[in-house]
Amino acid sequence: MSLIDLANPTRFLALTQRVLPWLAVATAILLAIGLYQSAMAPDDYQQGATVKIMFIHVPNAWLSMFVWGVMSVAALGTLVWRHPLADVAAKAAAPIGAAFTFLALVTGSLWGRPMWGTYWEWDARLTSVLILFLMYLGIMALWRAVEDPSRAARAAAILTLVGAINIPIIKFSVDWWNTLHQGASVIRAGGPTMDRAFLIPLLVMAVAFSLLFLTLHLAAMRNEVLRRRVRTLQMLQATKQAA
Amino acid sequence: MTALAALIRRDIRIALRAGGGAMIGVLFFLSVVVVMPFALGPDLALLKRIGPAILWLGAMLASLLTLDRLFTADLDDGSLDLIVMSRTPLELSCAAKALAHWLAAGVPLIVATPIIGILLNLDAAATFAVALTLLVGTPALTFTGMIGAALAVTLRRGGLLLAVVVLPLSIPVLIFGVAASNAAIEGPVSFGTPFSILCAMALISLVVGPFAAAASLRQGLD
Repeated sequence: MSLIDLANPTRFLALTQRVLPWLAVATAILLAIGLYQSAMAPDDYQQGATVKIMFIHVPNAWLSMFVWGVMSVAALGTLVWRHPLADVAAKAAAPIGAAFTFLALVTGSLWGRPMWGTYWEWDARLTSVLILFLMYLGIMALWRAVEDPSRAARAAAILTLVGAINIPIIKFSVDWWNTLHQGASVIRAGGPTMDRAFLIPLLVMAVAFSLLFLTLHLAAMRNEVLRRRVRTLQMLQATKQAA
Repeated sequence: MTALAALIRRDIRIALRAGGGAMIGVLFFLSVVVVMPFALGPDLALLKRIGPAILWLGAMLASLLTLDRLFTADLDDGSLDLIVMSRTPLELSCAAKALAHWLAAGVPLIVATPIIGILLNLDAAATFAVALTLLVGTPALTFTGMIGAALAVTLRRGGLLLAVVVLPLSIPVLIFGVAASNAAIEGPVSFGTPFSILCAMALISLVVGPFAAAASLRQGLD
């Protein structure tokens, strides 16, 4: 079975039904390992134990941007290649990405209160992530505004691609502006400047969260495919009753 | 007369007629700015300090409100289908419509700025700075807003969705517009830095806006 067979929704449902339990187990195991390593990590010399919010905050932030990237690729799949499952992928990813962004903002805010003395600051990084959150909500609103899913798909795809400009802005905002938020310490030219004791748990948590996204995304895509089948059946029944 | 020039002329004529969007935008701008001192208190020093921000907010909200008219009137009388089906590239037609909309609804805002600036105790230099940033910023707002207007055109009550979609895209224009105005009035930052970024945003929106709007119209009308 080749990759192209995945484009068939029935095959997709069959494959994900087999794969999803394993993915869920792998996610749970990696999350357990990551949380254990985070708990065992040393205290920071300045921040004490508070630094451990980083192990939740940073993976959420990374994933909030990654999910918009996934949605952009799905948008290209809809507009350029007319892939049958691309719009299902885009619609399923939006609420998950919004949740990651919201968690990144909340955990960051809780971290900021003891560290910076404030729950919120209008600096470039926080503002651009807030704008990303608003754009996620806008995409979700657009999906629900149009009745026909395939038409909503193309409208949402265009808006996703237009909003993709925000992702590099978020990434480089700490370089381009004077921000309260610290600069990049992991994904930067010259390699990570974080000590191994913190970097390893952080990367494990990042992989765990990515697996979590994959699991939730595939499950949401299954739900969306089934939802559309229910809608089609309801419409068929309505026309049959009318006839 | 070429098709695009005819389209621009038609849009400006419709906007300037009664029921068009031209003067109502200025009236809304005036209303927003007048209401602000009632909420903030009549402290003239405070109003002078945040005057550029109030003017920019008023202009952004006024242009957001008039964006609804960009495509809906044409959709209602069927001319939008003709524009989409014509031989002129739809991207150019969208750009022409946005240009006409800016001439009819955006330029009056810029002209009204010095008069309304007096209400906020702004001096001539400050008002000129705000007007200059608005001159560059209102096209950026119009062309970016056109994307949302095209997305929302086929929805029946799409007005609020339009605002929700357009607002995050307009925030950077607002940030740099106010930064440029404040830099011209006071502050160590030179006017040129935020102003050049504002110009860059306007130029980008001149290109990206018509393409995104045309794609949205095509998928929305078929």
